[in-house]
Amino acid sequence: MGHHFKVTDAMRIEANLSAVKAVKPHEYVIRFVFGGLVTVMAGVIAKYYGPVIGGLFLAFPAIFPASATLIEKHEKQKKQRAGFDGARRGRAAASVDAAGAALGTFGLMAFALIVWQYLPAHRAWLILLLAALAWFVASMLLWTLRKRI
Amino acid sequence: MIDLLLRFLFGGVIVSAFAVLGDIFRPKSFAGLFGAAPSIALATLGLTIAHKGHIYAAIEARSMIAGAVAFFVYASVASWLLMRFRPPALAVTLVLLPLWLGTGLALWAIILR
Repeated sequence: MGHHFKVTDAMRIEANLSAVKAVKPHEYVIRFVFGGLVTVMAGVIAKYYGPVIGGLFLAFPAIFPASATLIEKHEKQKKQRAGFDGARRGRAAASVDAAGAALGTFGLMAFALIVWQYLPAHRAWLILLLAALAWFVASMLLWTLRKRI
Repeated sequence: MIDLLLRFLFGGVIVSAFAVLGDIFRPKSFAGLFGAAPSIALATLGLTIAHKGHIYAAIEARSMIAGAVAFFVYASVASWLLMRFRPPALAVTLVLLPLWLGTGLALWAIILR
């Protein structure tokens, strides 16, 4: 089942909901536990070393290793079923995912910039909402620009 | 203890939610954007603001910019290595984590300290 969102004539963003079923239950558990542990670690580091060091860990690559590995594995299985070199294609897919994450870090910077500049004088929920919006818009814009160039 | 448990639960739920978005969307370069989602920040900043206040959380956010620059270096090198030498993704993404930490700490020493 795929839902298509047309961005330009040259590219499409596809939401493939059936991809959720391809992820095994233990893979969800690993992500949940890893995400929880990294968030606890960020809090503990801030407690012992202060907010300047602790803040670095708000941008820790939390799900990136797991998601790149999953993409590699799923792409490998898909290509092997089709008779191609699964390992090479899987790693190429992980590389494209990593390039997307590198672009997304600019959105992460936009998120942090908004919180740093505006949180001290404004309502927390409003600033976190604006910052999340800034992450999404900056990431989307850069991805769209990169696709067009 | 309750604070740590809440952080664990929020972190687990939010990181998992962004990971699912990354699974769903295609093309892969677009899905990759969710690999750099502000999941830990969203999970932890609410609690930090409630316990330590707005100024403390804003100081963390300033350092988060340096952490995101380090993430850019880390993800760019990982992407290049995977494309150039095709090593296993898990090995590359784990072995390069010290690069993220080193870059973040270098930025801290040069700019933030």
